[in-house]
Amino acid sequence: MSITVENLSYVYLPDTPMQKQALFDVSVHIDDKEFVGIIGHTGSGKSTLIQHFNGLVKPTSGRVLVDGVDLTQKGVNLRAIRRKVGMVFQYPEHQLFGETVFEDVAFGPKNSGVPDAALEDRVREGLAMVDLDLDVLRERSPFELSGGQKRRVAIAGVLAMKPAILILDEPTAGLDPRGRDEILSQVQSLYQAWDLTVILVTHSMEDIARMAKRLIVMDHGRIALDGTPQDVFSNADKLRSMGLGVPQVTTLIHELHRRGLVQRRDIFTLDEAESEITRVLELKRHGNA
Amino acid sequence: MADALIEFRNVNHIYGKGTQQEWDALIDVSVSIRPGEFVAVLGHNGSGKSTLAKHANALLLPSSGCVLVDGMDTRDEETVWDIRQRVGMVFQNPDNQLVATTVEEDVAFGPENLGVPSPEIRRRVDEALLAVDMLEYRLHSPHQLSGGQKQRVAIAGMIAMRPKCIVLDEPTAMLDPVGRQEVMQTVRRLNEEENITVLHITHYMDEAIFADRILVMESGRIALEGTPAQVFSQVDTLYKLQLDVPQMTALAHRLNKRGFSLPADTLTVDELVNQLCQ
Ligand SMILES: Nc1ncnc2c1ncn2[C@@H]1O[C@H](COP(=O)(O)OP(=O)(O)OP(=O)(O)O)[C@@H](O)[C@H]1O
Ligand SMILES: Nc1ncnc2c1ncn2[C@@H]1O[C@H](COP(=O)(O)OP(=O)(O)OP(=O)(O)O)[C@@H](O)[C@H]1O
Ligand SMILES: [Mg+2]
Ligand SMILES: [Mg+2]
Repeated sequence: MSITVENLSYVYLPDTPMQKQALFDVSVHIDDKEFVGIIGHTGSGKSTLIQHFNGLVKPTSGRVLVDGVDLTQKGVNLRAIRRKVGMVFQYPEHQLFGETVFEDVAFGPKNSGVPDAALEDRVREGLAMVDLDLDVLRERSPFELSGGQKRRVAIAGVLAMKPAILILDEPTAGLDPRGRDEILSQVQSLYQAWDLTVILVTHSMEDIARMAKRLIVMDHGRIALDGTPQDVFSNADKLRSMGLGVPQVTTLIHELHRRGLVQRRDIFTLDEAESEITRVLELKRHGNA
Repeated sequence: MADALIEFRNVNHIYGKGTQQEWDALIDVSVSIRPGEFVAVLGHNGSGKSTLAKHANALLLPSSGCVLVDGMDTRDEETVWDIRQRVGMVFQNPDNQLVATTVEEDVAFGPENLGVPSPEIRRRVDEALLAVDMLEYRLHSPHQLSGGQKQRVAIAGMIAMRPKCIVLDEPTAMLDPVGRQEVMQTVRRLNEEENITVLHITHYMDEAIFADRILVMESGRIALEGTPAQVFSQVDTLYKLQLDVPQMTALAHRLNKRGFSLPADTLTVDELVNQLCQ
């Protein structure tokens, strides 16, 4: 499923002293089955933008089309849209409401028409994808879990709906390193297995460099950069001036480049850095021998 | 230990005590935090970090054992006020902590409650907001801020109380890279220049590099303790505890597996650059 945004502007609390324009004339198209990362400084408008994608927020002006359906049209069936657009919000606590973990995770699939008999399996599957065990947590209150456990439950609830578009707003904030890696690789394999469209909002340059094929950079309510990770991360200074940065390995590689050890500057992941450094060190070793 | 600022003595904490859902979140934890120390707390989700932190200012009380803050027992109801004045706390999600209608009122809330005189409050509020780079938002409503901006205001509110110890429970989880750097610099400066004791809970291994000491929690116990170099050089142990090591430590570790010999306690970009360019 594709998403098209045309000349989207959004103003919070219009005509009040606290009026705040969060989006300025944003236009962007996200294709079916794309894996897009959205990065940007805090307050740059990332969450506001993606909340337009399931009709949760209505444009002040401009249009948003999901799978060709204009969400700004009167009488549009938002329920049907929300069934297909799974959204994991930035703060998981806001999404949790069930009295038990089971109820919470079952809510989405139940609402999208999964029969009761199949619910149990869906819930178990959803929880397993975030490394939680239904048998341990079934009757626990989601409000009495640790921060990272809450986030996992919130993500499980969305995955259990098997959406066509998966939107994740800072899904790894508050997760431990293992959980972060596991959930991201889960997203990656679902992306392939389910033919998903994935939109991932994150502050982790490391994660996004590894995962997304396309990066959209927001800056003060506008799209400042849009391209491959290579394109985007070649603007190190510009990114820094926008509150962002490059992955730490890129900083390392740039410094090694300045010192003349490596020739390449376009390295963004640990894997690439490992093999490039190994290569030059081995050359150096043989050169000296 | 007499010179501890916060001392945990054989602390157990059971959630839902007496119900069918009893949960042992802390098990016989003993540790002391010295004045002026910067302690980072790591551990996987549900390992007990937040539970530990909430004992430091009497938000939670031990099921058994005791916690002493500046010699005061947190179980003693009369000391709660003194304890909360000494130990400030910022949580994972700042939404629940921001209460006032404007940012500056919110930051002023703490010092006002302490009875700080008005001109001094003004000064502290401006200083604190400047420290987190939110001065220009001082008249905004906290509820209109983005997630990251809220975190910074919550930190400012705590700084304005001038506590002896600040406990930060994943304060940077929602911040952009520059925001994270600013907050960490702010916290380090408060520690180094104002000698404020810091207990910093984080899932970012890179934020623990600057700590004097790291505590690693596992299933309600302290599983590992030491300087960053001591803790992070145990790469495989940390992986087993579902944790990670700083990126540069991981890279050095991988290069060593390929037959190079870099120090196991490499932590920063600068260190690795210098070692590789020797
Ligand atoms: N409910 C609201 N009312 C008023 N203004 C808001 C509201 N929510 C967000 N804003 C403002 O809109 C702008 C964009 O906020 P948004 O939450 O979209 O940013 P973000 O890029 O998601 O930030 P973060 O990385 O911190 O999550 C910010 O300046 C913020 O202060
Ligand atoms: N209010 C509560 N009632 C019952 N159990 C709780 C409550 N809060 C936490 N727990 C449980 O206690 C254990 C420790 O939780 P705690 O919040 O201290 O973990 P944490 O290390 O801070 O995790 P995270 O990294 O996810 O924030 C977890 O297993 C959690 O499920
Ligand atoms: Mg956001
Ligand atoms: Mg916690």
